[in-house]
Amino acid sequence: MRIVNLKVNGVGQAFLARPETTLLLALREQLGLTGAKRGCAQGACGSCTVLLDGEPVVSCLVPAATVDGADIATVEGLADGEKLSDVQQAFLDGFATQCGFCTPGMIMSAEALLDRNPNPTRDEVNEAISGNVCRCTGYEPIVSAILDAAERRREGAKL
Amino acid sequence: MPRVNPIDTEYFKDERKPDFTVIGTTVQRSDALGHVTGRTEFFEDRTFPGLAHVKIHRSAHHHAKIDDVDCSEALAVPGVLRVITYRDVPSNWYVVLRLIGIEPNDEPVLAEDRVLYKGEPIVAVVADSEAAALEGVRRVKVSYTELPAVFDVEEALAPDAPIIKQAGTNYFVYEGHHARRLRFGDVERGFAEADYIFEWRYSSAPIEHAPTETTGCIVVPQSGGRLLIHSNTQAAFFTLDNTALILDRPFTDLQVKGGTVGGGFGGKVDVMVEPLACIAAMLTHRPVKFVYTREEEMQVSSPRAAERIYIKDGVMNDGRIVARKVMLYVDAGAYSRHSPYGTTKACAHLPGPYTIPNVYADCHCVYTNRTPSSAMRGFGVTIADFALESQMDRIARALDMDPLQFRLRNAYRDGDMKAHRKVASGTALIEVIQRAAALVGHDLPEEYRAMSSKGGAA
Repeated sequence: MRIVNLKVNGVGQAFLARPETTLLLALREQLGLTGAKRGCAQGACGSCTVLLDGEPVVSCLVPAATVDGADIATVEGLADGEKLSDVQQAFLDGFATQCGFCTPGMIMSAEALLDRNPNPTRDEVNEAISGNVCRCTGYEPIVSAILDAAERRREGAKL
Repeated sequence: MPRVNPIDTEYFKDERKPDFTVIGTTVQRSDALGHVTGRTEFFEDRTFPGLAHVKIHRSAHHHAKIDDVDCSEALAVPGVLRVITYRDVPSNWYVVLRLIGIEPNDEPVLAEDRVLYKGEPIVAVVADSEAAALEGVRRVKVSYTELPAVFDVEEALAPDAPIIKQAGTNYFVYEGHHARRLRFGDVERGFAEADYIFEWRYSSAPIEHAPTETTGCIVVPQSGGRLLIHSNTQAAFFTLDNTALILDRPFTDLQVKGGTVGGGFGGKVDVMVEPLACIAAMLTHRPVKFVYTREEEMQVSSPRAAERIYIKDGVMNDGRIVARKVMLYVDAGAYSRHSPYGTTKACAHLPGPYTIPNVYADCHCVYTNRTPSSAMRGFGVTIADFALESQMDRIARALDMDPLQFRLRNAYRDGDMKAHRKVASGTALIEVIQRAAALVGHDLPEEYRAMSSKGGAA
């Protein structure tokens, strides 16, 4: 058992981590952030994707005790009040959600992609979400929404 | 809202009501904002102090007699609160369609003296933590005597097959019959008159829905003995009535909160987790979570049934189908669940959207020692359509006919008598094929362009 200090969505947090506590369970059960989902608990579905120091990770496979001092971003931190992030808004406008279970993980993978590559090709989007499983919509509206979000971000950057 | 894909309403213009305005417009999902912000609350997003966890010890064999169950080592695991066996289940029968008269009692909630499929639940372990529950599950000891198993629908119906069901047959009995039957005209006379006979076999494998959110629930004891069930079921009322029947308690003792489903596709229609979670909550007086692992979801949640379908058609030189005989087998797996209903749907779907004067079908709901199958997206119909439309394409190729023209020649029209003795109405297959052909630039001769669903018998 050890104390873990970290930043989640820019806010300092601390919690006690047992050796078997994953970052996903710590977020969900100790910090009350349930946006990241447990779909498989084996790193296969991507529903638990969060950003660890800017990089997308499957939080179900990250031991919480190893992230002391890290900067974590989850879906809950994306919107500014009622104003959605470009990726969130594009998912909303582009009908890129159905049951919604994969959506937070999918959005975090998309945010990470656009942070490092503002103008991705369709293939690069496919690659970026290749670890995120969606069983409802098919991937086309999701990929199109991410490309739309990239364009919104570029337009926003010009203003 | 703007119409993004204007639809052609001409054909049904007399049937449209002026205040029906949604089709053809863009309407945002009411839950989408919650989805993109992560605020949508799925059942597992709730936490409760003192939450206990249920895990299941499952059958290691496809078909076996249970000689002994020893839970003593499981109970000794620190954190394990209880074990639950069939003796703790007030009414140990799960028959999902019982309330619409489906019989007989068929599937135990927890196995008693035998198991009929690998992964069948035998003992539930309730513990303070998931880890303790899993350790308890590992320490349950079951001794078995293995029995012969059958994995193929036709082998299960063979005269020398081991009878695996206590009801005495390896098939579901429909009003005294071995199959759901369809009889129309004289199919043998139709074959005798036909210029050609075509007979082919079609088969499909089970398909797992694999929802991203696995099947699960949290049951919270309420004051006065009521139980509040937070579930990701697709069928809150199946959950309510079946759970109450299994608990042998009035329906009013249960409250089901659901409606938020992380992928279902029919896979969350059966009532698999709620009864045991309720019993665990009643026995421990604690809130209880029972959620499938990904492995359980893949291995034991009911898939779409495997099917085998034989279609024999008698066809005339001009492309008219004059007789169709279908022998259809649905692999229900070890227990009924929704498969008797799915098999009836398959039969109701025959012989496809075509007018055929002589039709004969036997649709069998067959038990095997495989994972019980159940609902999935159009079950009964989807695989039948795969077989029927494959058959249509193959016949068209064999006769060197255009497959669309072959379908148009046989398409049902308003006023035709269907094999189920209902007069066809509201048909539009001809117009849909004509429109689809035009959209892809597939030329149809004038004779076929002039056909109409309202144009009388084929």
